[in-house]
Amino acid sequence: MSVIVVAMAHDADEIAALLPLPPATFHILLAVAQQDRHGYAIIQDVEARTGGELRLSPGTLYRSVQRMLEQGLILETSERPAPDLDDERRRYYRMTPFGEAVARAELRRIEGLVRLARKQGLTAERA
Amino acid sequence: MRAYRALLHLYPSSFRREYGAELAADFARRRRDRAGVGGIALWVAAIADVTANAARLHLELLQQDLKYAGRTFARTPGFVITAILVTALGIGATTAAFSVTNYVFLRPLPYADPDRLVTVWHRTPDYRLELSPPNFRDLKAQTTSFDALGAYHGFDANVVAGAEPDRLTGAAVTSEVLPLLGVRPVIGRLFTAEEERQATGSFAVLSYGFWQRAFGGDAGVLGRTIRIDGTPHVVVGVMPAAFAFPRRQVELWTLMPAVERLNEERDNYWFNGIGRLKPGVTPAGAEADLRVIAARLERQYPDVNTKISAAVFQLREEYSDRARTMLYALCGASISVLLIACANLANLLLARSYARRRELELRAALGAGRERLVRQLVTESLLVALLGGALGVLVAVASVPLLARLIPMSMPLTDTPSVDLPALVVAACLTLVTGILFGVLPALRSSSTSSFDALREGVRGGGLRGVRTRSALVVIEVAACVVLLVWAGLLMRALHRLDSLDPGFQSEQVLTVQTALPRPKYNSAALRQNYFDNVLAQVRALPGVKSAAFISFLPMTMGGGIFPVGLPGQPAMMTNGRIASMRFATPSYFATLGIPLRRGRDVQQTDTLSQPRVAVVSESFARRYFPDQDVVGKQFEFAYATRTIVGVVGDVRVRGPEQGSEPQVYLPYTQLEGESFPFFTPKDLAIRSDASTEALLPMVRSIVRSADPEQPVSNIRTMSQIVERQTESRTVQVRVLAAFAVIALVLAAVGIHGLLAFTVAQRRHEIGVRMALGAEPERIVSGILKQSAVLALCGVVPGVAIGYAGGRAMESLLVGVTPGDGVTFAVAAALCAAVTLAGSWTPARRAVRVSPAAVFRGD
Repeated sequence: MSVIVVAMAHDADEIAALLPLPPATFHILLAVAQQDRHGYAIIQDVEARTGGELRLSPGTLYRSVQRMLEQGLILETSERPAPDLDDERRRYYRMTPFGEAVARAELRRIEGLVRLARKQGLTAERA
Repeated sequence: MRAYRALLHLYPSSFRREYGAELAADFARRRRDRAGVGGIALWVAAIADVTANAARLHLELLQQDLKYAGRTFARTPGFVITAILVTALGIGATTAAFSVTNYVFLRPLPYADPDRLVTVWHRTPDYRLELSPPNFRDLKAQTTSFDALGAYHGFDANVVAGAEPDRLTGAAVTSEVLPLLGVRPVIGRLFTAEEERQATGSFAVLSYGFWQRAFGGDAGVLGRTIRIDGTPHVVVGVMPAAFAFPRRQVELWTLMPAVERLNEERDNYWFNGIGRLKPGVTPAGAEADLRVIAARLERQYPDVNTKISAAVFQLREEYSDRARTMLYALCGASISVLLIACANLANLLLARSYARRRELELRAALGAGRERLVRQLVTESLLVALLGGALGVLVAVASVPLLARLIPMSMPLTDTPSVDLPALVVAACLTLVTGILFGVLPALRSSSTSSFDALREGVRGGGLRGVRTRSALVVIEVAACVVLLVWAGLLMRALHRLDSLDPGFQSEQVLTVQTALPRPKYNSAALRQNYFDNVLAQVRALPGVKSAAFISFLPMTMGGGIFPVGLPGQPAMMTNGRIASMRFATPSYFATLGIPLRRGRDVQQTDTLSQPRVAVVSESFARRYFPDQDVVGKQFEFAYATRTIVGVVGDVRVRGPEQGSEPQVYLPYTQLEGESFPFFTPKDLAIRSDASTEALLPMVRSIVRSADPEQPVSNIRTMSQIVERQTESRTVQVRVLAAFAVIALVLAAVGIHGLLAFTVAQRRHEIGVRMALGAEPERIVSGILKQSAVLALCGVVPGVAIGYAGGRAMESLLVGVTPGDGVTFAVAAALCAAVTLAGSWTPARRAVRVSPAAVFRGD
């Protein structure tokens, strides 16, 4: 636990520099938060989770992936699934602790925004 | 599938390598899922996806590279400023030279369909000749090659439009001339054939400039009357501002009067022919047609038309070959400067990439691909080139007005050249080529040495190749530098030769003004004589005035005025080459200009119309037409009369220092008959005096006003100004070339210094070892100097060869200085040697200061 605290303290500025996250980045982080996924699986996952509302194009996906790798939000895993399920062209991605910290920070930012709006009496539904 | 893979090439290659396979697999899967109907939609989506994302990726990379370049530049401001200045000089010089050249030669003449416009001349076995009016009419009536054919002649006249009389240059044109040029007036109309046929009035068309100046651009000028040499002319139109014909100075056009148009003198050649060819007819075809007609006329009028043929030239060709050569030399010089600048830029970038190799190696080790590093270096050199190019455009804008002075007044161009769109396009292309070509070369080189193999092999291998490339660049710089020095030197020698030529008169302390007496007001010889005597008597009485005289045309202000010379048994004919220039003079003209009287006497007040016609001739006239004889008392036929020679004077360079002049004949002004030779009426007043122009001029003006209140005084110049004007464009040209040569020298010195400093730095280790082993410092210095001497020699040899070839090409500008002029070549080579030595001095000194101990510690 103390390790994470140290890491978070250390990266506060770096995290702040990345906020707010582009929607595609946030969704990709969500997609690889629980399990390693390859590119096509990420697209499918995002589409299913948003009920078809957000459909990442392959170009946008890999452009985001490249940037997220550089930023250290995700990493490429060397663990492969069982050979009969695998396609060797595929690469699998996983969220890093730093990525998780950034996702949390983004969540806090959105929550803060929502609280602020509610305090002003603004709700999603009409009164 | 292949199409999709091709599409993926829009991505940066690093991205494609990383994700290309997955993207392709993904696309294949989608295509399987949506076989049939969805195919097109899939492709549209794929194309939109790839282009949009590729563009964003490239933009991101560019941002990174620019940010990185900015940081690197901030660390090495010296390098960046030098590189930008070097590029700015090269691009600026070339853009300025292009602007001027484009303005003069590449841009069409300011007439409609100018390629079909031609000038028409007579051709004799020796030279070409203006047309005589009857021959012009016969050629025009019989030719089938022209849509329109007209004639014009220039004139200078006193024009009264407002309160002040004005001295203007105009052209009298037949009704065809202005319409065939295809330019419409801004207001009013052109002359009509009907007006010409009826011949009942005098009409004028004004230039835009004169209209603005005299009438303030008032459209009510149409129908107004202006007086041209006393004759009223009705203004019928105004030409647009961009129109000029046949030269820039012409400010109005008159409809040629019938008495001139229908002139019957078949052997008096004073019509300039201009025509518009029928579509599809070539100048050569038209000339063949006219020659057949001329041959017919020759048979018809054998006494005057023998050996008088016809010639046709493209209007464009009329513009002096010298101006052309001058501009080509200018372009050559600017390209040399650009070449040197580019070589220097490449050199700078090479040196820099060498200095940065550790940084690049580090980045390569951290996973940056070769493509990525090359991209970074190209971005940096492009950035330098762009900044240099922008600054270069400013340099060009600043220098175009200077270069524009190389354009001769005889061109029919009204506005002045500027750095316009085509010039900016050229500048942009130069910038891109400079940035990419001279950036890619060092980038490829350094990225190849940044591999770990090269690192392990030691820098020296890659370094040696660098030295070779950079040596080649320095050789190019030295060669281009020698070329420029030789050209500038040759032209300087030519200018010096012209300046030191004896013009045949003494130009110092002579003030000249023009008071041209208008006809028909001054048709009477007595009236004119009265005016001249009156003015001269008063001027000669002014304090400080030593002598004063009137002449038809001062030397170097008018080249023509030529008549054939008839000798016993040899009738006067324009075609046999026996010619002389004619001037009417008042007594003491020779004393005023300091022209030596060799034999006999000056013209005199007593040489009146009732006396036999007399003439003073120049020495060349005497030598040529009366060789080995005492010519005083001899007679010859000239200008329709028999003249007796009463004196011989020194020759004058009537046509300026660069051209040969015809023998000269001076006739007494008192023998100029009533209405004859209006063109030759003395009008130039020359005053030799030790008073200043400022002191003299108001007095001269008031004297002229007292003699004739309507008489304008114009063209106030000293004789020295007239002489200087002859070489003015040359002086500019020499200054421009010399400036280019100095820039080249400086750049070459920078290049040589840079290279040697680089080699010395590279050889530090070796030098240190040799010194530790007891090598003498002199030997090391001489080794370095030898290296620079070899470089200089390698550059000087081709430079001398190209310089000589260029000198041959511009021989027409050199007025007798040989293209292989020894002094010029020796000085150019010596200067280059000096610059090479100067450039090697510091590096050589630094080499012997290498401390062996420090070298070993460093390793």
